[in-house]
Amino acid sequence: MKKTMYEKIWDSHFVHQEPGQAPLLFVDRHLMHEVTSPQAFEGLRIANRKVRNPHSILATMDHCVPTKDRDLPIADPIAKKQIETMAVNCEENGLNLYDMESPENGVIHIVVPEHGFVHPGMVVVCGDSHTATHGAFGALAFGIGTSEVEHVMATQTLPQQKSKTMLVQVDGVLSKHCTAKDIALAIVGKTGTAGGTGYVIEYAGEAITALSMEGRMTVCNMAIEAGARAGMVAPDEKTYAFLQGKEFAPKGEAWSQALAYWKSLLTDEGASYDTIVTLNAAEIAPQVTWGTSPEQVVGANGVVPAPDTFADAGKRLACEGALKYMDLQPNTKMTDIKIDYAFIGSCTNGRIEDFRAAATVAKGTKVAPGVTAIAVPGSYNVKLQAEKEGLDKIFKDAGWEWRDPGCSMCLAMNGDELKDGQRCASTSNRNFEGRQGKGGRTHLVSPAMAAAAAAAGHFVDISKLG
Amino acid sequence: MEPYKKHESIAALMNRNNVDTDQIIPKQFLKRVERSGFGVHLFHDWRYNNDGVTENPSFELNNPAFKGAKVLVAGDNFGCGSSREHAPWAIADFGFNTIISTSYADIFYNNCFKNGILAIKVTQAQSDALMQEIAANEGAKFIIDLENQDVITPAGNGFKFEIDPFRKDNMLSGLDDIGLTLKHEDKITTFEQQHKQRHPWLWS
Ligand code: SF4
Repeated sequence: MKKTMYEKIWDSHFVHQEPGQAPLLFVDRHLMHEVTSPQAFEGLRIANRKVRNPHSILATMDHCVPTKDRDLPIADPIAKKQIETMAVNCEENGLNLYDMESPENGVIHIVVPEHGFVHPGMVVVCGDSHTATHGAFGALAFGIGTSEVEHVMATQTLPQQKSKTMLVQVDGVLSKHCTAKDIALAIVGKTGTAGGTGYVIEYAGEAITALSMEGRMTVCNMAIEAGARAGMVAPDEKTYAFLQGKEFAPKGEAWSQALAYWKSLLTDEGASYDTIVTLNAAEIAPQVTWGTSPEQVVGANGVVPAPDTFADAGKRLACEGALKYMDLQPNTKMTDIKIDYAFIGSCTNGRIEDFRAAATVAKGTKVAPGVTAIAVPGSYNVKLQAEKEGLDKIFKDAGWEWRDPGCSMCLAMNGDELKDGQRCASTSNRNFEGRQGKGGRTHLVSPAMAAAAAAAGHFVDISKLG
Repeated sequence: MEPYKKHESIAALMNRNNVDTDQIIPKQFLKRVERSGFGVHLFHDWRYNNDGVTENPSFELNNPAFKGAKVLVAGDNFGCGSSREHAPWAIADFGFNTIISTSYADIFYNNCFKNGILAIKVTQAQSDALMQEIAANEGAKFIIDLENQDVITPAGNGFKFEIDPFRKDNMLSGLDDIGLTLKHEDKITTFEQQHKQRHPWLWS
């Protein structure tokens, strides 16, 4: 039988199925951060259970960590306790942890690929919905809840229902200034936030294979925003080149053995998917969201839609609600919308390539009066690399703050946040109400779009830049 | 986990689509390291006035008629967004044990069952009827009978619902998933050894 990559990975991790119950799937890699793990460790302790495979776990601290004044004690006592609990839990169970002081610290989905911890064909889980990021390596990577975190620690398996398969085929060539982020947003705009529910997406086509590994991570990262369980891209020479030599990548003879296996994972010619969605990259303009759901998105050359342009009653209602919250009028040009804040960072756009793209636009500009702009590298490694290339200087000269790594304003748990009514050009992945602070208004964009908006004080159609 | 029993309870109405987990439990409350105590923060940004303490009277769940409700009738795509299990913890801690919606986000749906919350999927027509019934009769009590997969309402908008038999059994018995899996410990060990032979580099 001809199989998709998802089906191959599924079959090779299938442990057992008891009649009437969900299949048990074996888990190769388990990623952790401080927010969704403490109650799982609490559960293990209460039940007197142990972590089955400590070597399968890599942990970091990212959600609550301050992005400045790192040498001072954390001001928020509850965040402090969460950080300390994480350290104790990892210590007690012999787990690899990149704590706040570690030079390897950063956002979980940024540091894991940096160390080559995820390979093609793996089943990867994390108590975090953006785990799909690692699908960029041709792995089946998905977010789980805290009970499941506990389940995986205790058993190295997870009861899972098999998903349906969706092929998202992006043909054509992206126009200048358009990036992986624009592809990701355009896909969510097309499928809607529930369009992928019940599916695992495989991204393919010329525009996807043309992306760097960083770009593929950005696209897979937002699979969850389309409602999908996971997103993945077939591994190829770029994948192998990225992994080779990394700390956790196979070495020597194991490398050739692994390589042969990885090459066998590709979807068979003629295998069928349950659903196919196609997009033409050439038609994708730089994207900006206007609402409070990632699917509420238009090109930077577009306008804020009016509720009555939606045929679907639910979408009409959602549009009305979003316009009210975002304080926007229908038919306003996106480029007329003024911002108070710009944020570059997160596991969607906190990699070196993102800071390079933004720096190209920010170079020689000044942040517009009244705008606060912060650049938050996804990890210390990204920060260091950017500094080697002199990017930090470009940002600082332009009036940006250059911070230490963390999730920061992606979810505003660490004190970096918008004030009520402030509007932000953000490279993160969610524009939900209050995501960046109560009453804060988030517009999702690419790093280059955020840099352009920071300088102009309003959104800019960067496709018109030279 | 508490076994799920047949019960009669007030059904609260939340007629909003795409209610996401950031709304259910805003992130400033995720820093606790225990499982309990999240209920007072459920829907915090909607539920409280700007002072964060006094109740916002226009928020639907602050309606006195819904006080003590165990059933939540919600709009489409409930629980979208992050995988945080704090969302079902907050819902359960607040007192709900049943949600009725046309659709849920995958992760949230799974998490509900792991925390003793019965998430019932209904058709658009069934959802519309229930919403109209509650709007017309605030404080109406529904009977939820998991054993027979029945929802019974005073105005007769009840129906039979579908549920995965495995989830149903676990809910009825209150069984913990880990214990269930560990019954197959030998199979996991065998698989693990074979997996290790096929992919030795995973262990290096
Ligand atoms: S950067 Fe944002 S989306 Fe990514 S792990 Fe952190 S909070 Fe989650």
